[in-house]
Amino acid sequence: MDRTQLLLTVSIALFALGLTGVMIRRNALVMLMCMELMLNGVILSLVTFAAATATLSGAVLVFLVFVVAAAEIAIAIPIVLLLSRQRKSLDVGAYSELKG
Amino acid sequence: MNLLTLIVVLPLAGFLLNGLLGPRLGKPFVTVVGCGLPILAFLATVRAFLQLNGTEGAALVETAYTWAVVGDFTFDIAFYFDRLSAVMTLIITGVGSLIHVYSTGYMKDDASYARYFSYLNLFLFFMLLLVLGRSLLVCFVGWEGVGLASYLLIGFWFEDMAKAQAGKKAFITNRVGDAGFLLGMFLLYHAVGTLDFDGVNAAFSGPVAPAVSASLVGVLLFIGATGKSAQIPLHVWLPDAMAGPTPVSALIHAATMVTAGVYLVARLNGLYLQAPEASQVIAVIGVLTAFFAATIAVVQTDIKKVLAYSTISQLGFMFVALGVGAYGVAVFHVYTHAFFKACLFLGAGSVIHALSGEQDIRKMGGLARRIPITFVTFAVATAAIAGLPPLAGFFSKDEILWFAFASERGGSTLLWAVASLTALLTAFYMFRLLWLTFLTPSRMDEKTAHHVHESPFSMTGVLIVLAVLSAVGGFVHLPHFLEPLMPLPATDHALEHLEMPLIVLAVVTGLLGLGAAIYVYRGGLARAERLQRRFAGAHRLLSGKYFVDEFYEAVLGRPLHWISERVFLRLGDRILIDGSLHGLTGLAQRAAGRLSRVETGNLQFYVLLAALGLVASLAWMWRHG
Repeated sequence: MDRTQLLLTVSIALFALGLTGVMIRRNALVMLMCMELMLNGVILSLVTFAAATATLSGAVLVFLVFVVAAAEIAIAIPIVLLLSRQRKSLDVGAYSELKG
Repeated sequence: MNLLTLIVVLPLAGFLLNGLLGPRLGKPFVTVVGCGLPILAFLATVRAFLQLNGTEGAALVETAYTWAVVGDFTFDIAFYFDRLSAVMTLIITGVGSLIHVYSTGYMKDDASYARYFSYLNLFLFFMLLLVLGRSLLVCFVGWEGVGLASYLLIGFWFEDMAKAQAGKKAFITNRVGDAGFLLGMFLLYHAVGTLDFDGVNAAFSGPVAPAVSASLVGVLLFIGATGKSAQIPLHVWLPDAMAGPTPVSALIHAATMVTAGVYLVARLNGLYLQAPEASQVIAVIGVLTAFFAATIAVVQTDIKKVLAYSTISQLGFMFVALGVGAYGVAVFHVYTHAFFKACLFLGAGSVIHALSGEQDIRKMGGLARRIPITFVTFAVATAAIAGLPPLAGFFSKDEILWFAFASERGGSTLLWAVASLTALLTAFYMFRLLWLTFLTPSRMDEKTAHHVHESPFSMTGVLIVLAVLSAVGGFVHLPHFLEPLMPLPATDHALEHLEMPLIVLAVVTGLLGLGAAIYVYRGGLARAERLQRRFAGAHRLLSGKYFVDEFYEAVLGRPLHWISERVFLRLGDRILIDGSLHGLTGLAQRAAGRLSRVETGNLQFYVLLAALGLVASLAWMWRHG
């Protein structure tokens, strides 16, 4: 198994781990962390492909995705914080009426 | 110098100024603009007329604007000023200006003074476009435009439902005729390749006949003319059009617009000369209209309705002249008719003004002493329309009768006889009107009688001018003036020795009508009422206007209403269109109701669905890869 395949396998494993976590855990903070895992899996595959094909733009794109992810988490954490103040709970099931 | 464009544009400027600024700038401004611009247009016309006479018969042509270029054919807005347009334009701007001046007195106290003058100027603009346009297309724009102006002015007092209805009736009836006009125009363009009047006339009088039946085109265009000129079977709108202000009736529904049909046929004389069948139709429709309208006029009791039916009848006379090929004579009658009929209508307006709005001649009488100027002018115009020499109507009507009798293009004794009978009726009902209004003992109630007053000078002055023109207008021999454009038809030599006796007979006919009217109406209504009881059936038929309106209502109105209501509204609109739309929205609503159950609020479930979708799309890509 060469390096690219290994890295891709790791990225798929990260993504699958994250997805499973989002699906089975009910704690909002843990779900956010799992989403980060998924994102990191995707970024890893991006870097891998960029390295394999020796294109610079892929590597540049990774930084863009990092910035977007940071911005996203900067909004997500305050939302979770405000929600937990309302109900004193981090269980996402407690907020199901937000479906509208 | 763009003289012709100027003539047309001046009234348009009046319309825009009065329509946009009039209500703000007040009555003096409206009066100056509303009357001043038509008078300027008249002066410009006189100038153009002098120029025309300097050119020895060559028409003045002016292209104002290129409307559209399609392939190698250009549609120009071009103006064409020959002797025929010159006569028509002089009548329109001249009589039009007079009626504008009269209106300043008649409409003095109306709240919508500015609106009235802007409409009147708009009418003049379209009418000038109609008679000055070089091509049928420009003429058609004017044709539709005068219809619009007529609609607006008939329904001028639109708060009154009956008046608004009358406006609609005029417009819709005219649309029927317009369909014929359009079809004729299409056919003509298809066959000749040009819509210019001079081009069309030249094509039909040229050596190679166009590949279309001249009679078919002629009849189609004549259908248009029956609408505008109120001939059978589309005459029903004109009597109702009397709902408009009286000066409007004088200008639009007597002197100018209703003669548009006559102008159209006269203008296309080159075509109609090649269309004997169409000419026959025109003559027959004309004489029937003249006769039936005259019989109805005999029993009408509304002063304006009598004049309306007399207008229809006189228009019938003009079409008789057109039908027998005497185009110049028809235009001659248009010209004399414009004077005496405008004078009659304006006189009627003055009477109505004096009687504070009363229009029923059974409640008038004895006005000769009270409003003498109106009486004298009205009497002159009445004698003119009755054809008493030497007034204007005598000359034109006599020529029509002569050509109806002797023309080799369809004249016949029968045509002449019916026309003469109509002339007799004309004299009778006009003198009946004169006697009942002015000469019999008064039948007014105290209050009205107390208020009777002569109209202001702005009105009586116009009446005097028109009365003078009705008296002397006949000495201008128009058919001769127009002869280079439209030669008079040949007359039967064998009949020529009868010309003088026929003239005498025509005069005797007029006097007979006068005598009969005096005999019946001298003492008031008593003798007429006895006659009415004796011939109750005939009277019902006549005062019911032959029940043409009722007939149209039953044959056209009700079936159309039924189809609209049942087929189009209930089946088409409610069931088909609304039904299918409601069905579709219902389907979407029900489907959305089912699908909304997926939205549970459980985030994990959403993620599961997203993951399943991801897997499914990956699998699909794998397979079709």
